[in-house]
Amino acid sequence: MRVAGKGIIDRSAPVTFRFDGASYQGYAGDTVASALLANNVRLMGRSFKYHRPRGVLTAGSEEPNALITTGTGAGAEPNVRATVQEIFDGLVTTSQNAWPSLEFDVMAVNDLAAPFLGAGFYYKTFMWPKRFWEAIYEPVIRNAAGLGALSGQTNPDTYEKAFAFCDVLVIGAGPAGLMAAWAAAEAGADVILADEDAIMGGRLLAETHEIDGRPASVWAAGMVDRLAEMENVRLMTRTTITGAYDGGMFGALERVNQHRAPSADSAPLECFWRIHAKASVLAAGALERPVAFQNNDRPGVMMASAVRAYLNRWGVSPGQRVTVFGNNDDAHRTARDLHAAGVHVAALIDSRYDAEVGDVDYPVYRGAQVCNASGRKELEAITIRSASGEQAIQTDCLAVSGGWNPSVHLTCHMNGRPAWHADLQAFVPTPGAIPGMIAAGACNGSFSTQACLEAGVSAAREALDALGKTVADVPLPEAEDAPYRLTPLWAVAGKGRAWLDFQNDVSVKDIKQAAVENFRSVEHMKRYTTQGMATDQGKNSNVAALAVLADATGRGIPETGTTTFRPPYSPVAIAAMGAGAQGKGFAPERLTTSHARSLAMGAPMIEAGLWYRPSYFPKAGETTWRQSCDREVGYVRQKVGVCDVSTLGKIDIQGRDAAKLLDFAYTNTFSTLKVGRVRYGLMLREDGHVMDDGTCARLGETQYLMTTTTAAAGLVMRHLEWITQALHPEWEVSFTSVTEHWAQFAVAGPEARTLLNGLLDAPIDNDSWPFMACGAVGVAGVPGRLFRISFSGEHAYEVAVPARYGASLFDLLVQKAEGLGGGAYGMEALNVLRIEKGFITHAEIDGRVTAFDIGMQRMVSDKKDCIGKTMSERPGLMDPDRPQLVGLKPAGAVKQLTAGAHLYDAGAEAARANMQGYVTSVGFSPEHDSMLALGFVARGPDRMGEVIRMVDAVRGIEAEVEICSPVFVDPEGGRVRG
Amino acid sequence: MVELKAQTPCAGLLPMTIGSVTVVEADLGVLTSLSPVGDGKDFAAALKAAHGLGAPKPGRATGRDGQRCLWFARSEVLLAGPVPDKTLEAHAAVVDQSDGWACVTLSGAGAVDVLARLVPVDFRESIFKRGHTARTLVQHMSASITRTGADTFLILVFRSMAGTLVHELKVAMEAVASRG
Repeated sequence: MRVAGKGIIDRSAPVTFRFDGASYQGYAGDTVASALLANNVRLMGRSFKYHRPRGVLTAGSEEPNALITTGTGAGAEPNVRATVQEIFDGLVTTSQNAWPSLEFDVMAVNDLAAPFLGAGFYYKTFMWPKRFWEAIYEPVIRNAAGLGALSGQTNPDTYEKAFAFCDVLVIGAGPAGLMAAWAAAEAGADVILADEDAIMGGRLLAETHEIDGRPASVWAAGMVDRLAEMENVRLMTRTTITGAYDGGMFGALERVNQHRAPSADSAPLECFWRIHAKASVLAAGALERPVAFQNNDRPGVMMASAVRAYLNRWGVSPGQRVTVFGNNDDAHRTARDLHAAGVHVAALIDSRYDAEVGDVDYPVYRGAQVCNASGRKELEAITIRSASGEQAIQTDCLAVSGGWNPSVHLTCHMNGRPAWHADLQAFVPTPGAIPGMIAAGACNGSFSTQACLEAGVSAAREALDALGKTVADVPLPEAEDAPYRLTPLWAVAGKGRAWLDFQNDVSVKDIKQAAVENFRSVEHMKRYTTQGMATDQGKNSNVAALAVLADATGRGIPETGTTTFRPPYSPVAIAAMGAGAQGKGFAPERLTTSHARSLAMGAPMIEAGLWYRPSYFPKAGETTWRQSCDREVGYVRQKVGVCDVSTLGKIDIQGRDAAKLLDFAYTNTFSTLKVGRVRYGLMLREDGHVMDDGTCARLGETQYLMTTTTAAAGLVMRHLEWITQALHPEWEVSFTSVTEHWAQFAVAGPEARTLLNGLLDAPIDNDSWPFMACGAVGVAGVPGRLFRISFSGEHAYEVAVPARYGASLFDLLVQKAEGLGGGAYGMEALNVLRIEKGFITHAEIDGRVTAFDIGMQRMVSDKKDCIGKTMSERPGLMDPDRPQLVGLKPAGAVKQLTAGAHLYDAGAEAARANMQGYVTSVGFSPEHDSMLALGFVARGPDRMGEVIRMVDAVRGIEAEVEICSPVFVDPEGGRVRG
Repeated sequence: MVELKAQTPCAGLLPMTIGSVTVVEADLGVLTSLSPVGDGKDFAAALKAAHGLGAPKPGRATGRDGQRCLWFARSEVLLAGPVPDKTLEAHAAVVDQSDGWACVTLSGAGAVDVLARLVPVDFRESIFKRGHTARTLVQHMSASITRTGADTFLILVFRSMAGTLVHELKVAMEAVASRG
């Protein structure tokens, strides 16, 4: 119910939203949790395992119970904390993990079976029979236990990611954070102040404290205004710092549009920030911890600080007859604030006999403990136990406080461990656990407002000191400075289940059971009981659980230690971390200058690295790709074909020692290559296996142009960098990629020269431009380059012009080729042409083969050293039993050959031990009217004519194949020289 | 007589304005990569003499619109604008790159915010000043980024990636604009 005159919500701005189909009204500034409580809705979820009814426990991001799904359809988002989600007009929310409804959940039968479902139950029960686990047990268990579910559809929402940089990152904008940010900003530092809440102020928004005589929330708003005016301050609300990483990097999740209906399709829902800070101030505050007692999970049992927050910030009392139970003075504030606001306080129960309460108008029970709660979907009464026995108190809301745990999480993200503070009965950060991070305020164990304000300033001073900046004295406001007095109480003794971890349904008994079964290490206990897992990561329960474990194992809490806090602090959608990588953002597209024309010609594209290359160019009447491919192969064999080969890597190499570099990188010799000539070259990796191949042209005395395969262009550049930086830094040679500067086209076929002479400024003939010649030419008036090289075995050239002319030249070449009875050809035809000729690609040189394997051992010059030469001579790398490159053709009834198939001797079983080799490339040769293949066969070159078995176990194809020469076309090589 | 028609890398893709940010294709003139020989001192003198430009140190650019020299890599700078003088050839490997790069200018009040969504570089004006340059990433693309004014940046990526560059900029510009 709302309480008149309380809260900082905007009561002039009503907001309507839905929860489980019903419409509710709240006000601007409400969360789903506060608005539902205002509407007297207290049942907000069902627990993970036992489907027990649960209400909201907290008022912050640590909430374990009130998890809801927001939105509908494909973009519905599960496991949203009702305590974090702000309401807006049109917001649709639903409860989770209940069927058919939250009110009546049939899975709640699990709760009746609870005696059988304790910790370790799964491990013990579902072990037999083994095969039942995946098929039956796991699906059933998964169905029964769980949180919200994703829609299963493609997420239509937009997310973004971004980078930010600052001198000082202040994490949390409570009293300590606000002062730290202000002090650092006044000193001239670039400051980012991030807070997960929609409004900055932290705990000040939830208390009735005064600072400098003003309400604390008003003081906080004034500070925020002041910071907002400073140019060197960036305020990031709704932004959770999720992780602390090496080198001053922080992850942060900003809820950009989660709190309102999206304004545009492109408006991102969330932004994942990577923030780099030279120093940081952690002012993350503290989390109140519950006390475990029987049935302490009934809806209506809440944290005392949360009850205060709902009252003071949102003007909501979660109950009409509220009781308060604590082991510390702070809990008394809840009773005081409620009473002052006119809410009936039924009792204040303090477990300490010596608690100082003062003169109050409500019943106080000192030295008493709450030992049970009753009511199922709603709290109805509690039982308290004291020296005088047990008694029941009617109440619909119990505010519990077991003390406070500093939020040390971020300080542990680089494997730091927090230190136990005996006075506070809590863990505090270990200084230096994150380099450059200073913890201040409640997260460092300073619990009074005055102490937080002071700690903020001194943390800023310490942080900036390290950056060489000085923080001047800033006036310290005055605030309450009450001492923090507490006597530890983790769990109330008694029968029944006393809950520690609400989200995972872990009770005190479960922890004790783990200890009994010798899961005594806190990490083992966690995994055995599931305490501290799932979306809240045990923020409410970790310390209490290990205190219970410590007790059960007879150790102290510091010896027991904590589990490891890892990023993220609170859940981050994978969509946010992967923002920008959806659809076209997944990887860059590299498009050739002929791309648009190829698309216009109907060519389907295939990817080669990041490049897009035309597969084939269909013509009217062709119904299969093979028809197009056969036709295009025919262009090259009979007339002339044109193909964009710009994607091949082109590296300009210059310098006095250019030839030395090439002789060292290639297996064969390039220092002897004449200017104006091209040579094929082979490169080995350091381990002696083939890395890449390609041609290299000598453009001048000290200038070469190396080409690489499309996919290995970057690899070869890196290889050359390594040689010149690490092995021969004394060489005077430089190289740079010119792949992108030149558009290059293969013009191949008997009519290639005829075609070219139609557009070269000066015609060429066989004498002026023999096979393997290269040089500068004018192409329709544009300075270009011409290389007489062939990847098809035909009379062929590659002609290059600056890329700005690429599209135009491709149009022209295709037009002229068509005029000569030829045309454009794509990757399919290119592949067939090179298979027919026995030319290799990375299908053959896949990283496992040697020069010996591909029949090129003679290309490894014995007159010089080269990278990989010595290693290629290792025993075994030139063993004749190694599979070696051969051609293969069908020799039986089955005419289909498949790449990837394995080869066996005729009559041998198709088993691994019998493998003789494998097929790397196949294609249909129109010239041979047959499929042809390249592959590797043990002692292959000595087995020409032998018929062996090809077995493709994946596709279920078997064929007899004959081993033959890999050169199926023009073995004498006459055509290229014609 | 046949004639080849020239096309710029971003033809048909730009200009584009979303919110307060505009991106246009930049015509930088001739682009030449220069890899100095030796310790580079002679090269620096030759560059100064030939084009009046200082040889940029790592992370820096010299010159102005129409005549700029960008640090580009270890032992490599990019001369943007003039046809390289022949005298440079004695002191550096000179390679024409005029057609290799898609060059765009990103400008407007939100330009830094747009870059913050794509580039892992600190573009605060006190850190990355006018005349500073970086070889870095734009989303997944290798790029060169130079600050040429308070809210103006020159971005270069491989020519083949022009379409992706425009796409990435568009996504980031829309996200920035949606925040108002």
